[in-house]
Amino acid sequence: MAIYGTALLSLCLLAGLIAGRLLGMLLGLDSNVGGVGIAMLLLIWGSERLRRLGKFPPASEQGVLFWSSIYIPVTVAMAASQNVRAAVQGGGIAIAAGVLSVAACFLLVPVVSRIGKPGPPRTTHPESSTP
Amino acid sequence: MSQALEKLLADYALVTAFALVGGLMVLSYFISGKFTGRRIHGSAIAIFLGLVLAYLGGVATEGDHGLADIPALAGIGLMGGAMIRDLAIVSTAMGVSWRELREAGPGGLVALLLGVAISFFIGAVIGYLGGYRDAVSLATIGGGAATYIVGPVTGTALGASSEVIALSVAAGLVKSVLVMTATPFVARRIGLDNPRSAMVFGGLLGTTSGVAGGLAATDPKLVPYGAMTATFYTGIGCLVGPSIVYFVLRALV
Repeated sequence: MAIYGTALLSLCLLAGLIAGRLLGMLLGLDSNVGGVGIAMLLLIWGSERLRRLGKFPPASEQGVLFWSSIYIPVTVAMAASQNVRAAVQGGGIAIAAGVLSVAACFLLVPVVSRIGKPGPPRTTHPESSTP
Repeated sequence: MSQALEKLLADYALVTAFALVGGLMVLSYFISGKFTGRRIHGSAIAIFLGLVLAYLGGVATEGDHGLADIPALAGIGLMGGAMIRDLAIVSTAMGVSWRELREAGPGGLVALLLGVAISFFIGAVIGYLGGYRDAVSLATIGGGAATYIVGPVTGTALGASSEVIALSVAAGLVKSVLVMTATPFVARRIGLDNPRSAMVFGGLLGTTSGVAGGLAATDPKLVPYGAMTATFYTGIGCLVGPSIVYFVLRALV
C-alpha cells in the first residue's frame, strides 16, 4: 500500500529532524543541524534494507515516488510564498552568487577530471570508456 | 458571489494551491517549448514565475509571504512551507545508491565535495560584500549558490528571514538557468565529452535540472553520467549547510 511508503518517508523525516534538533541542542544552537540531510540518508538506508528483505514492493514505493514527483511544484509554491518584494533590492547578490559559482565550477571540470584517471587521455567516444 | 468564491478557495486552501501551481506548470512548460525550444527547462521558468508572483503578491498586500498573503491563496504557503517541502526533498533520495557513487570514482567524490564547498564559499563571500554580516544569512545565500533547494533548507533550519531565503532561491535559479544554457558553449573548452568528465561536471555543478538540461543540449548520451553524481549534491548540501558550513561561517564573522 502506498501509505507504507509515505509512512516510511515521514518516519525518516521525523527521525532526521529529531536528530538534527538534538545535535543543535548538544552544540548549544537554536537550529536544526542537518536534519533534512540526515533524513535523506535514513531513507536511502531504510528503503534499500527493506527492499533487500523483500518488504518494499512497488506498491509501497508509489507512496514515496508521488512526493518526489511533485518536488518541483512544491519548490514553485515555496518560491511564490517568499518575501521577494524585500529581496528585490538584493537581486544583484543573487545574480552574482549564481554566475560566479557556475563560472568557478566550469573552470574546475578539467582539473578534477584528471583525478583518478587511469593511463593515457581518453578519446571522445563515450561508449568506449564504459564497460 | 465573489465573496462566496473567495471563502470557498480559502477553505480549500491546499486544493486551491495544487490547482494554481498545476496551472503555472502548464504555462511554464508551454513557454519552455514555444519560446526557448526547451533550452530553458519548464521547471526553471516555473520557479521564476513563482518568484515574480511572490513579488506581485507582496506589492499588492504589503505582506512578507508573497502570494500566500492573499487570503484565497494562503494554501501556497502551506504547499511550499517547510513541512511539505522537506517531505518532498527527502523523497528524492530514494533510488539513490552508493554503488553509483563508487562507480563515479575518486574524481566524482572530489567533484561533489569541492562543488558544494566552492558554491557555499562564493555565495557567502558575495552575501558579505552585499552587506549581510550574520552567519545565518551567509550560509543561506551560500546554500542558494549551491542549489535553489539547499539555500531554503539551510535557511529554514537556521531561522533565516524570508527575504534572504528568497535571495537564495533566486541565486540557485540563476545558477540552474546558466548551466542549462551555457554548458553547450563551454563544453569543448572544459573537456566535457566523455562519461568521466560528465560525472565530474554533475558533481561540481550539482543543480540537477541545470546539469540534465545542459548535458542534453551538449550530448544526450552524457546525461545519465552527470545525473548520477548530481543526485547526491542536494543531499550533501542539505547535510553540511546547516551544520559544518554554518559553524565555519559563525567562527569567521
